[in-house]
Amino acid sequence: MIEFHLDARSGVAPYLQIVWQVRQALLLGLLAEGDQLPTVKEVVTKVVINPNTVSKAYRELEHQGLAAAKPGVGTFITQSLGQASLADHAPLQEELRAWMRKARAAGLTGPGIEAMFQSTFRENPEGEK
Amino acid sequence: MTAILQARSLGKTYGRRDALTECTLEIPPGHVVGLVGPNGAGKTTLLKIACGMLAPTTGHIEVLGNQPGADPAQLARVGYVAQDTPTYSNLTVADHLTLGAKLNPGWDALLAHARIDQLGLDPKQKAGKLSGGQRAQLALTVAVAKRPELLILDEPVASLDPLARRDFLRHLMESVAENSTSVILSSHLVSDLERVCDYLVVLVSSRVQLAGETEDLLAQHHRLVCARRDQADLPDGLEVILADHTDRQSTFIVRSQTQIPAGDWVADQLDLEDLVLTYMERAAAPTQSQPPRGASR
Repeated sequence: MIEFHLDARSGVAPYLQIVWQVRQALLLGLLAEGDQLPTVKEVVTKVVINPNTVSKAYRELEHQGLAAAKPGVGTFITQSLGQASLADHAPLQEELRAWMRKARAAGLTGPGIEAMFQSTFRENPEGEK
Repeated sequence: MTAILQARSLGKTYGRRDALTECTLEIPPGHVVGLVGPNGAGKTTLLKIACGMLAPTTGHIEVLGNQPGADPAQLARVGYVAQDTPTYSNLTVADHLTLGAKLNPGWDALLAHARIDQLGLDPKQKAGKLSGGQRAQLALTVAVAKRPELLILDEPVASLDPLARRDFLRHLMESVAENSTSVILSSHLVSDLERVCDYLVVLVSSRVQLAGETEDLLAQHHRLVCARRDQADLPDGLEVILADHTDRQSTFIVRSQTQIPAGDWVADQLDLEDLVLTYMERAAAPTQSQPPRGASR
Protein backbone atom coordinates (compact mmCIF):
# COMPACT_ATOMS: atom_id res chain seq x y z
CA MET A 1 0.00 0.00 0.00
CA ILE A 2 1.21 3.52 -0.72
CA GLU A 3 0.44 6.80 1.00
CA PHE A 4 -0.31 10.15 -0.56
CA HIS A 5 0.73 13.62 0.52
CA LEU A 6 -0.38 17.02 -0.68
CA ASP A 7 1.69 20.08 -1.41
CA ALA A 8 -0.60 23.10 -1.09
CA ARG A 9 2.02 25.46 -2.55
CA SER A 10 2.75 23.50 -5.71
CA GLY A 11 0.00 25.11 -7.81
CA VAL A 12 -0.92 21.64 -9.07
CA ALA A 13 -4.55 20.60 -8.53
CA PRO A 14 -4.79 18.13 -5.61
CA TYR A 15 -6.36 15.39 -7.72
CA LEU A 16 -3.46 15.64 -10.20
CA GLN A 17 -0.98 15.38 -7.36
CA ILE A 18 -2.55 12.03 -6.44
CA VAL A 19 -2.51 10.87 -10.07
CA TRP A 20 1.17 11.79 -10.37
CA GLN A 21 2.06 10.08 -7.11
CA VAL A 22 0.48 6.87 -8.37
CA ARG A 23 2.37 7.16 -11.67
CA GLN A 24 5.56 7.85 -9.77
CA ALA A 25 5.01 4.81 -7.53
CA LEU A 26 4.46 2.74 -10.68
CA LEU A 27 7.68 4.02 -12.24
CA LEU A 28 9.60 3.33 -9.06
CA GLY A 29 8.14 -0.17 -8.90
CA LEU A 30 6.37 0.52 -5.58
CA LEU A 31 3.11 -0.41 -7.27
CA ALA A 32 2.49 -3.21 -9.74
CA GLU A 33 -0.42 -4.83 -11.52
CA GLY A 34 -2.97 -6.23 -9.07
CA ASP A 35 -2.04 -3.95 -6.17
CA GLN A 36 -4.87 -2.21 -4.40
CA LEU A 37 -4.85 1.55 -3.96
CA PRO A 38 -5.89 2.93 -0.56
CA THR A 39 -9.67 3.31 -0.29
CA VAL A 40 -11.12 6.80 -0.59
CA LYS A 41 -11.94 6.72 3.11
CA GLU A 42 -8.35 5.75 4.00
CA VAL A 43 -6.94 8.61 1.95
CA VAL A 44 -9.42 11.05 3.49
CA THR A 45 -8.47 9.97 7.00
CA LYS A 46 -4.75 10.15 6.29
CA VAL A 47 -4.49 13.31 4.22
CA VAL A 48 -7.63 15.21 5.39
CA ILE A 49 -8.90 15.97 1.93
CA ASN A 50 -12.25 16.16 0.19
CA PRO A 51 -13.31 12.59 -0.80
CA ASN A 52 -14.52 13.91 -4.17
CA THR A 53 -10.91 14.84 -4.95
CA VAL A 54 -9.73 11.28 -4.33
CA SER A 55 -12.57 9.81 -6.41
CA LYS A 56 -11.71 12.20 -9.22
CA ALA A 57 -8.05 11.12 -9.12
CA TYR A 58 -9.02 7.45 -9.24
CA ARG A 59 -11.41 8.07 -12.15
CA GLU A 60 -8.56 9.80 -13.98
CA LEU A 61 -6.29 6.79 -13.36
CA GLU A 62 -9.02 4.53 -14.76
CA HIS A 63 -9.31 6.84 -17.76
CA GLN A 64 -5.57 6.53 -18.31
CA GLY A 65 -5.91 2.76 -18.21
CA LEU A 66 -3.73 2.40 -15.12
CA ALA A 67 -6.36 1.31 -12.62
CA ALA A 68 -9.82 -0.24 -12.43
CA ALA A 69 -12.51 -0.03 -9.77
CA LYS A 70 -14.07 -3.21 -8.40
CA PRO A 71 -17.39 -2.09 -6.98
CA GLY A 72 -17.58 -2.61 -3.24
CA VAL A 73 -13.93 -3.71 -3.01
CA GLY A 74 -11.70 -0.87 -4.11
CA THR A 75 -9.49 0.38 -6.91
CA PHE A 76 -6.73 -1.83 -8.30
CA ILE A 77 -3.70 -1.23 -10.50
CA THR A 78 -4.19 -2.88 -13.89
CA GLN A 79 -0.76 -2.51 -15.41
CA SER A 80 2.82 -2.13 -14.37
CA LEU A 81 4.85 0.63 -15.95
CA GLY A 82 8.25 -0.24 -17.37
CA GLN A 83 11.24 0.86 -15.37
CA ALA A 84 11.96 3.63 -17.83
CA SER A 85 14.68 5.46 -15.99
CA LEU A 86 16.11 8.82 -16.97
CA ALA A 87 19.17 7.04 -18.36
CA ASP A 88 16.98 5.43 -21.02
CA HIS A 89 16.12 8.88 -22.23
CA ALA A 90 19.64 10.20 -22.65
CA PRO A 91 18.94 11.63 -26.14
CA LEU A 92 15.98 13.64 -24.75
CA GLN A 93 18.13 14.97 -21.97
CA GLU A 94 20.83 15.92 -24.43
CA GLU A 95 18.26 17.92 -26.41
CA LEU A 96 17.20 19.67 -23.23
CA ARG A 97 20.84 20.53 -22.47
CA ALA A 98 21.22 21.92 -25.98
CA TRP A 99 18.04 23.98 -25.51
CA MET A 100 19.33 25.36 -22.23
CA ARG A 101 22.59 26.42 -23.90
CA LYS A 102 20.48 28.25 -26.49
CA ALA A 103 18.37 29.86 -23.76
CA ARG A 104 21.51 31.11 -21.97
CA ALA A 105 22.95 32.35 -25.25
CA ALA A 106 19.67 34.26 -25.77
CA GLY A 107 20.27 35.98 -22.43
CA LEU A 108 17.94 33.99 -20.17
CA THR A 109 19.23 33.21 -16.69
CA GLY A 110 18.28 30.45 -14.25
CA PRO A 111 14.94 31.84 -13.02
CA GLY A 112 13.93 32.82 -16.56
CA ILE A 113 14.68 29.35 -17.89
CA GLU A 114 12.78 27.76 -15.05
CA ALA A 115 9.81 30.11 -15.55
CA MET A 116 9.69 29.31 -19.25
CA PHE A 117 9.84 25.58 -18.61
CA GLN A 118 7.15 25.79 -15.93
CA SER A 119 4.79 27.90 -17.99
CA THR A 120 5.23 25.66 -21.05
CA PHE A 121 4.79 22.57 -18.92
CA ARG A 122 1.64 23.97 -17.29
CA GLU A 123 0.02 24.60 -20.65
CA ASN A 124 -0.59 20.88 -20.80
CA PRO A 125 0.72 19.04 -17.72
CA GLU A 126 -0.96 15.73 -18.61
CA GLY A 127 0.25 15.63 -22.18
CA GLU A 128 -3.25 15.74 -23.66
CA LYS A 129 -3.92 16.04 -27.41
CA MET B 1 -30.14 16.08 -8.91
CA THR B 2 -31.33 19.06 -6.91
CA ALA B 3 -29.07 21.98 -6.14
CA ILE B 4 -27.78 22.20 -2.57
CA LEU B 5 -28.74 25.83 -2.47
CA GLN B 6 -30.45 28.05 -4.98
CA ALA B 7 -30.88 31.74 -4.20
CA ARG B 8 -32.32 34.50 -6.34
CA SER B 9 -31.80 38.15 -5.39
CA LEU B 10 -31.77 37.14 -1.75
CA GLY B 11 -31.55 40.04 0.70
CA LYS B 12 -31.67 40.59 4.42
CA THR B 13 -31.68 43.90 6.24
CA TYR B 14 -31.47 44.53 9.97
CA GLY B 15 -33.11 47.90 10.40
CA ARG B 16 -31.22 50.05 7.92
CA ARG B 17 -28.18 47.83 7.69
CA ASP B 18 -27.80 45.46 4.73
CA ALA B 19 -26.59 42.07 5.92
CA LEU B 20 -27.10 40.38 2.59
CA THR B 21 -27.68 42.08 -0.77
CA GLU B 22 -28.83 40.68 -4.13
CA CYS B 23 -27.42 37.25 -3.40
CA THR B 24 -27.86 34.93 -6.37
CA LEU B 25 -26.28 31.48 -6.16
CA GLU B 26 -26.76 28.02 -7.55
CA ILE B 27 -24.63 25.39 -5.87
CA PRO B 28 -24.75 21.95 -7.51
CA PRO B 29 -25.12 18.83 -5.31
CA GLY B 30 -22.33 16.71 -3.86
CA HIS B 31 -20.01 19.56 -2.99
CA VAL B 32 -18.13 20.69 0.06
CA VAL B 33 -18.68 24.42 -0.16
CA GLY B 34 -16.39 26.96 1.46
CA LEU B 35 -18.09 30.25 2.29
CA VAL B 36 -15.32 32.78 2.79
CA GLY B 37 -15.30 36.42 3.72
CA PRO B 38 -14.18 38.86 6.37
CA ASN B 39 -16.03 39.13 9.67
CA GLY B 40 -19.32 40.93 9.24
CA ALA B 41 -19.60 40.08 5.53
CA GLY B 42 -22.95 38.33 5.95
CA LYS B 43 -21.82 34.70 6.13
CA THR B 44 -23.78 33.88 9.27
CA THR B 45 -26.89 35.60 7.90
CA LEU B 46 -26.77 33.53 4.71
CA LEU B 47 -26.26 30.28 6.65
CA LYS B 48 -29.08 31.07 9.08
CA ILE B 49 -31.43 31.78 6.18
CA ALA B 50 -30.36 28.50 4.54
CA CYS B 51 -31.30 26.43 7.59
CA GLY B 52 -34.55 28.31 8.21
CA MET B 53 -33.60 30.20 11.37
CA LEU B 54 -33.94 33.58 9.66
CA ALA B 55 -36.41 34.71 7.04
CA PRO B 56 -35.01 36.72 4.12
CA THR B 57 -36.26 40.29 3.65
CA THR B 58 -36.32 39.97 -0.13
CA GLY B 59 -35.74 37.33 -2.78
CA HIS B 60 -36.15 33.60 -2.90
CA ILE B 61 -34.16 30.64 -1.61
CA GLU B 62 -34.43 26.87 -1.91
CA VAL B 63 -32.27 24.39 -0.04
CA LEU B 64 -32.27 20.83 -1.43
CA GLY B 65 -35.24 21.90 -3.53
CA ASN B 66 -37.41 23.15 -0.66
CA GLN B 67 -38.00 26.27 1.35
CA PRO B 68 -35.68 26.25 4.38
CA GLY B 69 -37.36 25.11 7.58
CA ALA B 70 -40.67 24.61 5.74
CA ASP B 71 -41.66 21.48 7.68
CA PRO B 72 -40.18 18.79 9.99
CA ALA B 73 -39.05 16.73 6.99
CA GLN B 74 -37.00 19.63 5.66
CA LEU B 75 -35.54 20.31 9.12
CA ALA B 76 -34.40 16.68 9.32
CA ARG B 77 -32.57 16.96 5.99
CA VAL B 78 -30.35 19.84 7.07
CA GLY B 79 -27.89 19.75 9.96
CA TYR B 80 -26.65 23.03 11.41
CA VAL B 81 -23.74 23.71 13.71
CA ALA B 82 -23.79 27.33 14.86
CA GLN B 83 -20.76 29.56 15.33
CA ASP B 84 -18.22 28.33 17.92
CA THR B 85 -19.85 24.86 17.94
CA PRO B 86 -22.11 25.40 20.98
CA THR B 87 -22.95 22.59 23.39
CA TYR B 88 -24.89 22.52 26.69
CA SER B 89 -22.18 22.91 29.31
CA ASN B 90 -24.24 21.34 32.11
CA LEU B 91 -25.22 18.27 30.13
CA THR B 92 -22.93 15.25 29.83
CA VAL B 93 -21.70 13.83 26.54
CA ALA B 94 -24.23 10.97 26.93
CA ASP B 95 -27.02 13.54 27.57
CA HIS B 96 -26.20 15.20 24.27
CA LEU B 97 -26.66 11.92 22.46
CA THR B 98 -29.95 11.22 24.28
CA LEU B 99 -31.15 14.70 23.36
CA GLY B 100 -30.13 14.13 19.74
CA ALA B 101 -31.99 10.80 19.68
CA LYS B 102 -35.20 12.34 21.10
CA LEU B 103 -35.17 15.35 18.78
CA ASN B 104 -34.24 13.76 15.46
CA PRO B 105 -36.39 11.19 13.64
CA GLY B 106 -33.50 9.74 11.61
CA TRP B 107 -31.02 9.57 14.52
CA ASP B 108 -28.19 7.06 14.02
CA ALA B 109 -27.36 6.00 17.58
CA LEU B 110 -24.76 3.45 16.45
CA LEU B 111 -22.87 6.07 14.51
CA ALA B 112 -23.04 8.56 17.39
CA HIS B 113 -21.71 6.11 19.99
CA ALA B 114 -19.02 4.75 17.69
CA ARG B 115 -17.83 8.29 17.03
CA ILE B 116 -17.75 9.25 20.73
CA ASP B 117 -15.78 6.05 21.37
CA GLN B 118 -13.34 6.79 18.59
CA LEU B 119 -12.81 10.32 19.89
CA GLY B 120 -12.09 8.90 23.34
CA LEU B 121 -14.72 11.09 25.01
CA ASP B 122 -16.03 10.00 28.42
CA PRO B 123 -19.86 9.77 28.15
CA LYS B 124 -20.21 10.90 31.78
CA GLN B 125 -18.12 14.05 31.28
CA LYS B 126 -20.01 17.35 31.27
CA ALA B 127 -19.65 19.27 28.04
CA GLY B 128 -18.51 22.36 29.96
CA LYS B 129 -15.41 20.45 31.08
CA LEU B 130 -14.37 19.41 27.58
CA SER B 131 -11.58 21.14 25.65
CA GLY B 132 -12.52 23.41 22.76
CA GLY B 133 -11.57 20.74 20.26
CA GLN B 134 -13.60 18.06 22.06
CA ARG B 135 -16.65 20.33 22.29
CA ALA B 136 -16.43 21.00 18.55
CA GLN B 137 -16.19 17.26 17.89
CA LEU B 138 -19.22 16.60 20.13
CA ALA B 139 -21.29 19.23 18.27
CA LEU B 140 -20.22 17.72 14.94
CA THR B 141 -21.09 14.20 16.16
CA VAL B 142 -24.61 15.29 17.08
CA ALA B 143 -25.07 17.01 13.72
CA VAL B 144 -23.70 14.05 11.73
CA ALA B 145 -25.69 11.40 13.65
CA LYS B 146 -28.85 13.17 12.61
CA ARG B 147 -27.92 11.88 9.14
CA PRO B 148 -28.62 15.09 7.24
CA GLU B 149 -28.27 15.40 3.47
CA LEU B 150 -26.69 18.80 3.96
CA LEU B 151 -24.52 19.89 6.84
CA ILE B 152 -24.14 23.64 7.47
CA LEU B 153 -21.30 24.74 9.72
CA ASP B 154 -20.65 28.33 10.76
CA GLU B 155 -16.96 29.02 11.47
CA PRO B 156 -16.50 25.58 13.05
CA VAL B 157 -12.72 25.69 13.38
CA ALA B 158 -12.01 29.38 13.92
CA SER B 159 -11.31 29.02 17.65
CA LEU B 160 -9.42 25.70 17.50
CA ASP B 161 -5.67 25.10 17.58
CA PRO B 162 -4.13 23.67 14.38
CA LEU B 163 -4.18 20.05 15.55
CA ALA B 164 -7.80 20.18 16.75
CA ARG B 165 -8.67 21.93 13.50
CA ARG B 166 -7.13 19.14 11.44
CA ASP B 167 -8.90 16.49 13.56
CA PHE B 168 -12.22 18.26 13.15
CA LEU B 169 -11.85 18.52 9.37
CA ARG B 170 -10.79 14.86 9.25
CA HIS B 171 -13.97 13.82 11.08
CA LEU B 172 -16.00 16.02 8.75
CA MET B 173 -14.40 14.62 5.57
CA GLU B 174 -14.85 11.04 6.81
CA SER B 175 -18.55 11.75 7.25
CA VAL B 176 -18.71 13.13 3.73
CA ALA B 177 -16.99 9.98 2.42
CA GLU B 178 -19.26 7.61 4.37
CA ASN B 179 -22.63 9.31 3.96
CA SER B 180 -22.16 11.40 0.79
CA THR B 181 -23.30 14.43 2.77
CA SER B 182 -23.05 17.83 1.13
CA VAL B 183 -21.44 20.50 3.29
CA ILE B 184 -21.44 24.29 3.46
CA LEU B 185 -18.88 25.64 5.88
CA SER B 186 -17.89 29.23 6.51
CA SER B 187 -14.50 30.49 7.52
CA HIS B 188 -12.41 33.61 7.40
CA LEU B 189 -9.30 31.43 7.21
CA VAL B 190 -8.70 30.26 3.66
CA SER B 191 -5.96 27.83 4.66
CA ASP B 192 -8.58 25.70 6.44
CA LEU B 193 -10.59 25.32 3.30
CA GLU B 194 -7.86 24.64 0.77
CA ARG B 195 -7.87 20.87 1.09
CA VAL B 196 -11.48 20.23 1.86
CA CYS B 197 -13.62 22.54 -0.26
CA ASP B 198 -14.28 21.90 -3.93
CA TYR B 199 -16.65 24.85 -4.29
CA LEU B 200 -15.96 28.39 -3.21
CA VAL B 201 -18.23 31.34 -2.44
CA VAL B 202 -16.58 34.65 -1.56
CA LEU B 203 -18.85 37.04 0.32
CA VAL B 204 -17.73 40.60 1.08
CA SER B 205 -19.79 43.58 2.30
CA SER B 206 -23.05 41.62 2.06
CA ARG B 207 -22.52 40.69 -1.61
CA VAL B 208 -21.35 37.53 -3.38
CA GLN B 209 -18.12 38.46 -5.16
CA LEU B 210 -17.21 35.09 -6.63
CA ALA B 211 -18.69 31.59 -6.75
CA GLY B 212 -17.66 28.43 -8.54
CA GLU B 213 -15.80 25.14 -8.43
CA THR B 214 -12.45 25.75 -6.78
CA GLU B 215 -10.46 24.00 -9.48
CA ASP B 216 -12.11 26.00 -12.30
CA LEU B 217 -11.63 29.27 -10.46
CA LEU B 218 -7.94 28.53 -9.89
CA ALA B 219 -7.47 27.58 -13.53
CA GLN B 220 -9.19 30.74 -14.78
CA HIS B 221 -7.23 33.30 -12.77
CA HIS B 222 -3.70 34.51 -13.44
CA ARG B 223 -1.38 37.24 -12.32
CA LEU B 224 0.22 39.11 -15.23
CA VAL B 225 3.32 41.14 -14.52
CA CYS B 226 4.58 43.42 -17.29
CA ALA B 227 6.04 46.80 -18.15
CA ARG B 228 3.62 49.56 -17.19
CA ARG B 229 0.63 49.75 -19.50
CA ASP B 230 -3.03 50.59 -19.59
CA GLN B 231 -5.36 47.66 -19.05
CA ALA B 232 -7.06 48.55 -22.34
CA ASP B 233 -3.84 47.40 -24.04
CA LEU B 234 -4.26 43.85 -22.79
CA PRO B 235 -5.61 41.28 -25.27
CA ASP B 236 -9.37 40.71 -25.54
CA GLY B 237 -10.96 38.01 -23.45
CA LEU B 238 -9.13 38.93 -20.26
CA GLU B 239 -11.34 40.26 -17.50
CA VAL B 240 -9.21 42.47 -15.28
CA ILE B 241 -10.13 41.84 -11.66
CA LEU B 242 -7.46 43.99 -10.07
CA ALA B 243 -4.81 46.30 -11.49
CA ASP B 244 -1.82 47.72 -9.70
CA HIS B 245 0.74 50.08 -11.21
CA THR B 246 4.11 51.41 -10.17
CA ASP B 247 5.98 53.98 -12.26
CA ARG B 248 7.35 51.25 -14.54
CA GLN B 249 5.50 48.04 -13.79
CA SER B 250 1.89 46.88 -14.00
CA THR B 251 0.41 43.89 -12.22
CA PHE B 252 -2.97 42.59 -13.31
CA ILE B 253 -5.05 39.84 -11.81
CA VAL B 254 -7.08 38.60 -14.75
CA ARG B 255 -9.80 36.05 -15.31
CA SER B 256 -10.00 34.21 -18.60
CA GLN B 257 -12.00 31.26 -19.89
CA THR B 258 -9.17 30.32 -22.24
CA GLN B 259 -5.37 30.02 -22.11
CA ILE B 260 -3.49 33.22 -21.40
CA PRO B 261 -1.90 34.15 -24.75
CA ALA B 262 1.88 34.45 -24.85
CA GLY B 263 3.13 38.02 -24.74
CA ASP B 264 5.64 40.34 -23.14
CA TRP B 265 4.47 39.44 -19.63
CA VAL B 266 4.95 36.78 -17.03
CA ALA B 267 1.74 34.89 -16.23
CA ASP B 268 1.48 32.99 -12.96
CA GLN B 269 -1.28 31.01 -11.33
CA LEU B 270 -2.79 32.20 -8.06
CA ASP B 271 -3.23 30.05 -5.00
CA LEU B 272 -6.57 29.97 -3.22
CA GLU B 273 -5.56 32.51 -0.61
CA ASP B 274 -4.41 35.06 -3.24
CA LEU B 275 -7.58 34.46 -5.20
CA VAL B 276 -9.82 35.16 -2.22
CA LEU B 277 -7.75 38.19 -1.17
CA THR B 278 -8.00 39.59 -4.71
CA TYR B 279 -11.78 39.61 -4.59
CA MET B 280 -11.79 40.98 -1.04
CA GLU B 281 -9.51 43.80 -2.11
CA ARG B 282 -11.63 44.56 -5.14
CA ALA B 283 -14.75 44.72 -3.00
CA ALA B 284 -13.00 47.07 -0.58
CA ALA B 285 -11.93 49.42 -3.40
CA PRO B 286 -14.86 49.37 -5.84
CA THR B 287 -13.63 52.42 -7.76
CA GLN B 288 -10.69 50.40 -9.04
CA SER B 289 -12.72 47.71 -10.74
CA GLN B 290 -13.92 48.42 -14.23
CA PRO B 291 -16.61 46.71 -16.24
CA PRO B 292 -15.40 43.41 -17.73
CA ARG B 293 -14.14 43.54 -21.28
CA GLY B 294 -14.75 40.65 -23.62
CA ALA B 295 -15.06 37.82 -21.12
CA SER B 296 -18.45 37.13 -19.63
CA ARG B 297 -19.70 35.07 -16.67
